[in-house]
Amino acid sequence: MKDKLKKIMDNAIEQIDMAEQLDKLNDIKVAFLGKKGELTSLLKSMKDLAPEERPKAGQMVNEARARIDEKLETKKREFEKALLEEKLASEKIDITLPGTKLAEGHRHPNNITLEEVEDIFIGMGYQVVEGPEIEKDYYNFEALNIPANHPAKDEQDTFYITQDILLRTQTSSVQVHEMEKGKLPIRMIAPGRVFRSDEMDATHSPTFHQIEGLVVDKGITFADLKGTLQEFAKRLFGEDTRIKFRPHHFQFTEPSAEVDVSCFKCGGKGCRFCKGSGWVEILGCGMVHPHVLEMSGIDPEEYSGFAFGVGLERIALFKYEIDDMRLLYENDTRFLKQF
Amino acid sequence: MDTSLSWIKAYVPDLGCSAQEYTDAMTLSGTKVEGYKEFDKNLDKIIVGRINKIEKHPDADKLVVCQVQIDEEGTEVQIVTGAPNVKEGQKVPVVLEGGHVASSHKDGESEDGFKIKKGKLRGVESYGMMCSIEELGSNSNMYPDADPDGIYILSDNPAYAGAEIGSDAIGLLGLHDVVFEYEITSNRVDCFGVLGIAREAAATFGKKFVPPVVAKTGNNEDVNNYIKVEVENPELCPRYTARVVKNIKLAPSPEWMQRRLASVGIRPINNIVDITNYVMEEYAQPMHAYDLDTIEDRKIVVRKANAGEKFTTLDGQERELDDTMLMICDGKKPIGLAGIMGGENSMITDNVTTMLFEAATFDGTNIRLSGKKLGMRTDAQAKFEKGLDPNNAMEAMDRACQLVEELGAGEVVGGAVDIYPVKKEPVVIPYDADKINALLGTDIPEEEMTGYFEKIDLIVDKEGKTVTVPTWRQDLERLADLAEEVARFYGYDKIPVTLPKSTATTGGLTGKLKMEKIARTTAEAYGFCEGMTYSFESPKVYDKLCLDEDDILRKSIRISNPLGEDYSVMRTSALGGMLSSLANNYNRRNKNVRLYEIANIYIPKELPLTELPDERTMLAFGMYGAGDFFTMKGVVEAVLKKLGLDGITEYKPGSRKYLHPGRQADVIYNGKEIAYLGEVHPVVQKNFEIGERTYIAVIDLKTVMEMPSYTVKYKGVPKFPAITRDISLSMRKDVTAGEIEEIIRKRGGKILESYELFDIYEGSQILKGYKSLAYKIVFRASDRTLTDEEAGKVMDKIISSLAAKEVTLRQ
Repeated sequence: MKDKLKKIMDNAIEQIDMAEQLDKLNDIKVAFLGKKGELTSLLKSMKDLAPEERPKAGQMVNEARARIDEKLETKKREFEKALLEEKLASEKIDITLPGTKLAEGHRHPNNITLEEVEDIFIGMGYQVVEGPEIEKDYYNFEALNIPANHPAKDEQDTFYITQDILLRTQTSSVQVHEMEKGKLPIRMIAPGRVFRSDEMDATHSPTFHQIEGLVVDKGITFADLKGTLQEFAKRLFGEDTRIKFRPHHFQFTEPSAEVDVSCFKCGGKGCRFCKGSGWVEILGCGMVHPHVLEMSGIDPEEYSGFAFGVGLERIALFKYEIDDMRLLYENDTRFLKQF
Repeated sequence: MDTSLSWIKAYVPDLGCSAQEYTDAMTLSGTKVEGYKEFDKNLDKIIVGRINKIEKHPDADKLVVCQVQIDEEGTEVQIVTGAPNVKEGQKVPVVLEGGHVASSHKDGESEDGFKIKKGKLRGVESYGMMCSIEELGSNSNMYPDADPDGIYILSDNPAYAGAEIGSDAIGLLGLHDVVFEYEITSNRVDCFGVLGIAREAAATFGKKFVPPVVAKTGNNEDVNNYIKVEVENPELCPRYTARVVKNIKLAPSPEWMQRRLASVGIRPINNIVDITNYVMEEYAQPMHAYDLDTIEDRKIVVRKANAGEKFTTLDGQERELDDTMLMICDGKKPIGLAGIMGGENSMITDNVTTMLFEAATFDGTNIRLSGKKLGMRTDAQAKFEKGLDPNNAMEAMDRACQLVEELGAGEVVGGAVDIYPVKKEPVVIPYDADKINALLGTDIPEEEMTGYFEKIDLIVDKEGKTVTVPTWRQDLERLADLAEEVARFYGYDKIPVTLPKSTATTGGLTGKLKMEKIARTTAEAYGFCEGMTYSFESPKVYDKLCLDEDDILRKSIRISNPLGEDYSVMRTSALGGMLSSLANNYNRRNKNVRLYEIANIYIPKELPLTELPDERTMLAFGMYGAGDFFTMKGVVEAVLKKLGLDGITEYKPGSRKYLHPGRQADVIYNGKEIAYLGEVHPVVQKNFEIGERTYIAVIDLKTVMEMPSYTVKYKGVPKFPAITRDISLSMRKDVTAGEIEEIIRKRGGKILESYELFDIYEGSQILKGYKSLAYKIVFRASDRTLTDEEAGKVMDKIISSLAAKEVTLRQ
């Protein structure tokens, strides 16, 4: 019995070792372990043994079965692995072929820039608000300390609809709407479209965008204005950016300033973008004129504030090195897809 | 506004700085220098030479060979020239070998100038060049004594005739100078004159300011015997001063005056005109000179013009006036347009013997409006518009008369006419150092502040803590203005850098802006690029869109002063801009273009406007190339879903004239139209010159925002299995999917989860005039496992309702 078992086993293992294909293993399994297989028949013949020998013989047969099974499994895994490798090898592709072109949309460079600016100010606690583009003269001029017939009014080349309704020339009008709400403190930026009667060329457009900023609270100082805009410039143009405040005049701020940032293309050495000066003018700002606060019902003895206005296109053109403003409004997809 | 450095130095003699230092320091103290030009930038090794001998060139008819003496010792160099105007004995500017000139006869002006090397002209050696005024970087307008077609003959000008041979010709001609160009803000009227800028320069550099000392002028006669002045409209002419000069001797003005005028781009004419211009530049006070002999009745009347009155200004143009415009008249007729331009009938000619000098101030607004109405903009007008200081007028007048005497241009008659009913007094402003520091965020001592005030000629009362502001600084009115004066002389750059320490606030976008952001992201995910178009457009767009004459979209807001008819109305639809942008792309042969824009449209409540219009934000899509109506519809569906509209959206056939009649839909949500889409009508497509089928969609974001379901809520992941039924339906072709789906929704009840059209068939397998739609319908209960019977009952209901519409199950 023992010899018989050994013979069967040796035979099985030899056959397994010699098997060349996966399905051959199945045949072997049936031949030895199947219902009519050699090992099964051997097991059946155990009834001829003396009862006391049967358990031991049964154990031997089961052990043999387990060994054959294990051997079969091992061989099977080898075959499967080889097959997989063969398949993978056959599936090799030229990974340098171009990627599938998916339809991709692109945001307008103005809005990419605007979102960056918004994120910076939202992070500093500013609400982003909007105001009307067709505006009353009062909000665009008078409430900003630009009374009727003031020369500053002429400088802005205003489009008029009626005598006192116009296309806003500046987002500063939104300042007044916010202050009139009477909710203090105020920290807001107001991005939006503005209009000036300029013929279009590479650097002018009758429509462009500004971002107005306004902070009104107790104890706001010019130093705070400097700090805020420095933070803004560093986050927009990079940590090494320097800013320069130059005295200027706006009707609705006093003191007023224009702000230059060190050219982030050349770091301030001078290049064609900054016309060799190393500086680029990006915004106007100042402390809110006390008369402007008064007109909107805020007591300038108790509150102070600062305001600033940034030209969005100015930043976008500069940032992306776009040399002609008209490109922003032609909507040529060859242009738009670059952003 | 321009000034030369030498002119500034005339009043700030201790000023010693380079052009760049001046530019930087002045800009930082508030007088912005936009740029500067150094006249001698490209001039080097140019001396006064003397032509000792001229001989014919042996091989060229048009050239001569000159022996030019270049020092007092008698050293000569040989120079070949083609200039026709040279003669022996003349003194000329000579650029020596290795020197530089600004422009060349052949190549014109150059950024870096031209280096002069020794060379051979037709075989004869030449060691330098004799210069024309152009080669020295200027022109004969600015140097009237220079020959426009040849070498600048210095010795023809008595002022230069005695120049030492070998001396610096650049210096002789006043070209070692710099001209600065300033950007002067409208509040600083005083800085439209050289004196105002010089005062700023002195304060900026801490040097002494030395304005001209104006001496008393005039003979023993009385001006009142020559002229009477009446001002009928003192509100428009706060001050009118006049003086008379007789025995006028017209001549060129002296070199120093010519050079100063030329340095700021004013062409020297003669002594009287030059004095008028000089004083205007110096004092920022325009002056006018009339030929007194043309003034009838020896009388000046300042009055408003009569409506329709005609008047010829000294540029020879006849102008029609209205009754708001201020005129200078004599006893009979107008002789000048106040503050803008004098008249042809009274102007100074070469025959003038006696003249009337006028220095007046006028109401800035009136001058500005008159100039605008007449379409004129003169230098004088630009100054008057700002509102000049009347106290400056008499000083300027006396300065002009002083120059007349100094230059020997005529005999000044004693006395002056001065009509000045309401004298402008200086204002007194209290200052408070603590408040100024609180506003600036600084800690500047009071002493330092008052020092700054004194530097700009404010009179400080330290006891009363006030400053008295001279009338030329009309921009200083209150404490905030004084704070700016402190800040700019302390230095904006020295003010600390802090962040607001006050109340914390939370920032963020408004709901509308958040929605726009979602719309952008979704549009881009579907391959649409964001465009931007103008808010105003041509009214012709309505015709291109084939709108009816009475279409509501034609009721648009007109701009009263547009850039042109093409930009004259505020858009009432986002389509014009979108289709024009697509056309741009089509024209440039861009393929498969997809654009979107978030565009405001402007809907008037009534016309003409009496209140602000309704500004509505629209999300417009446009595309041609790959894709069709259903591509566009898919985008609309996706955007609406992302915007939180998860209820039932209905698509009803639309009737817009600019869209294909059979391929357009109004999109209805909660009973309201929120969008429309469709294929652009072929005629409209042609009108815009787009050569492919074009699809558009417009979503009214403002209406979408008003919808109640603009919130996204989590509904849970289903816990119980669904039952799915597929049905294939047969129906007449004119039955729409929308009708079928409405029945499915209505009869599906609570257990209907979703349905999806998965097949459309029209063809030989089906009756002619019929089509087949196949739907997958999914049922599910949220609280139990649904039974087949329940689903079956609902399916029966659906099928029976469909049968009523003659929609049958396809076998």
